Amino acid sequence: MATVYKKSALLSDVPLHYCPGCTHGIIHKLVAESLEELDAGGKAVGVAPVGCSVLAYNYFTCDMVEAPHGRAPAIATGLKRALPDGMIFTYQGDGDLAAIGTAETVHAATRGENITVIFVNNAIYGMTGGQMAPTTLPGQVTQTTPYGRDVTTAGFPVRVCEMLSTLSGVAYAERVSVDTVPNIRKAKAAIKKAFETQAAKKGFSIVEVLSTCPTNWGLSPTEALEWLRQNMMPYYPLGVYQDRTANEKGVF
Amino acid sequence: MSERVLMKGNEAMAEAAIRAGCRHFFGYPITPQTEVAAYMSKKMPKIGGTYLQAESEIAAINMVLGAASAGVRAMTSSSSPGISLKTEGISYIAGSDLPCLIVNVERGGPGLGGIQPAQSDYWQATRALGHGDFHVLVFAPSTVQEVVDLVFLAYDLAEKYRMPALLLSDGLLGQMMEPVSFPDPVEKFAEKPWAANGHQNKRPHNIINSLYLKPDELERTVVERFARYAEIEAAEQRYQEYLCDDADYIIVAFGATSRVSQSAVDTLRAQGIKAGLLRPVTLWPFPKDAIRAHIPHVKSFLSVEMNMGQMVDDVRLAVEGKVPVEFFGRTGGVIPRPSEVVEAVMKVAGGDR
Amino acid sequence: MKDWNFVFAGFGGQGILFAGKVTAYAGMMEDREVSWLPSYGPEMRGGTANCSVCLSSRPIGSPLVLEPNALVVMNNPSYDKFIDTVAPGGVAVIDSALVDRKTGREDITVRYVPATRLAQENGIAKLANLIMLGALWKATGFASAEALQAAIQKVVPPSKQELVELNWKAIRIGAGG
Repeated sequence: MATVYKKSALLSDVPLHYCPGCTHGIIHKLVAESLEELDAGGKAVGVAPVGCSVLAYNYFTCDMVEAPHGRAPAIATGLKRALPDGMIFTYQGDGDLAAIGTAETVHAATRGENITVIFVNNAIYGMTGGQMAPTTLPGQVTQTTPYGRDVTTAGFPVRVCEMLSTLSGVAYAERVSVDTVPNIRKAKAAIKKAFETQAAKKGFSIVEVLSTCPTNWGLSPTEALEWLRQNMMPYYPLGVYQDRTANEKGVF
Repeated sequence: MSERVLMKGNEAMAEAAIRAGCRHFFGYPITPQTEVAAYMSKKMPKIGGTYLQAESEIAAINMVLGAASAGVRAMTSSSSPGISLKTEGISYIAGSDLPCLIVNVERGGPGLGGIQPAQSDYWQATRALGHGDFHVLVFAPSTVQEVVDLVFLAYDLAEKYRMPALLLSDGLLGQMMEPVSFPDPVEKFAEKPWAANGHQNKRPHNIINSLYLKPDELERTVVERFARYAEIEAAEQRYQEYLCDDADYIIVAFGATSRVSQSAVDTLRAQGIKAGLLRPVTLWPFPKDAIRAHIPHVKSFLSVEMNMGQMVDDVRLAVEGKVPVEFFGRTGGVIPRPSEVVEAVMKVAGGDR
Repeated sequence: MKDWNFVFAGFGGQGILFAGKVTAYAGMMEDREVSWLPSYGPEMRGGTANCSVCLSSRPIGSPLVLEPNALVVMNNPSYDKFIDTVAPGGVAVIDSALVDRKTGREDITVRYVPATRLAQENGIAKLANLIMLGALWKATGFASAEALQAAIQKVVPPSKQELVELNWKAIRIGAGG
């Protein structure tokens, strides 16, 4: 009988702790498949964040390091400097990457640190129960913006890909979404390209994945996907924000 | 051993780390430790090593965490306010059972404090280098040569016991030059089967982690770690004694103040007062057994420190109230004069004279 | 040999720390215990610079010299700060081209050497520090001529060995020929 689908060997056989309808599972799968297709699992070291995906170290079967909140790019930097031929990636949420870890993110990017960042943006702090994130939309209701995010007091959401694309060290930055099958395919291609960018030592690569949080958004999984399309995509347009991979030496 | 050269403490420390096999240094500029980073930035590119000036102290210690996870000898150095920022990472490193070398070239505090030498981070070094139940190995050199020797020992013990080591220097030791010679470079390193360096599809995946959501699991890992700490307390207490055997009064002092105190002991002896100096070389584990051994013959201990009285707590814990333990110190970056220490001992001797 | 506790003091840029370093190296060449401790911090940027140097037959306790038995000063603020700290019986070497004070102390030996002027006259304007060191050497005999020469050889970087001869010339001028 022909095999039409097989779970990636880069994913372990344990139950995931994610909520029903959460898109982390899809994104894990895309990361694992991309590494596997590039035959990079043996030299991969992943860095898990603090946030919903904190337990990612149990889900990927490559070597893993669990980071303090926001510090994953610094840890990935240490790993990469020690293992220049390793495939080093971080997997981070919006609070981890764009709030408490902003400095680590920006400076790893501007150094052209040859690592890959998988950035899962769902516009909310999930693990702590739905507080405002740096990417929470204006007017969006969360536990700590009960009247909706008021930009006059809580400021504006951070557009990470747009911001990082201004930095000379960024070889590749793309924003994707996992709301539909075609978009999932595009997300997979972007993640794989990010790893290829690293393998070719072309500089910092980041893929921002728009993701849902049905539990904390208070929506059903399908409503959440629709909410993502209606609200997040206009503020966070999908697309390639930086691509210096055609240069032979990448960003350098 | 190399030929003797005259070198600053900070530069000798950097050279020692390189010879001990460190090829990954992550730092951030701060006085009075800047020469460590400057030396590394000059040497590392020539030997295929990494010198990386991080965006923050926090990033630097987490880069150390990453490099140490991969199994290499990593290092960061800073001074007091910078060490406060690193404590988050140090707690994670300890909780992840990773070896590394952290240097604190102490200056006065609290807050921005000053930039002159101090020892006011003793409590932080031995008690509070981050949140949670843990210890780090703490080494307190008192000469430039000892800075060098302890860098080698710190790496060896950090790897043996899989925990971070802190070298507690200060502005005086960091800035001064003394003759020094270096041990031969380390060429053979311990195996690190636990490292997250890519399993090459040859072994199950390694996870470097400090998170245990189940209380009994976390308790078990912490208790196991403390069993290791008990072994260290039994085996690794290090100290040096100067004229302690017949002493009526023993000064306990480490690092820069031990040098001042040694001058004071000479003066006191010349005046017929039987003073001695016990110098802890490891601050954790604290050499309490050595201190206890002198209880039968001393009239009192005097802890001399460049702070308001921190190590004196450990001396008192060791002495358990059996003889008086007094304190003398200067703080804020003021180095005590030997004459002040002499006076402090005289005052303690008080009625006996 | 006698134990020496030196203070070298002047403006940043006069080579005061370098003179101290040569002194420490000379002691090391004779297998003595030595230490060199600079002042550090913002005061060095355009302000005063000083260093403590100890040469001893025994391990050195405090490397911070508070009562020097020999002092070298190359500016007025350093003179004001340190002249009263010199131990009785000690030596003070003063660059009289830059220091306009005269001490009334009679319990110490004082040498006034117009080092900065002598350096200019001899075409070695940047080596007033070593003229001062020569005068100090003459006044104290802190090391042998061989040790001092070897120290200069050590302290001058290999790429600038042509300066060794000039340094020694400066020391000879300071020592009076």
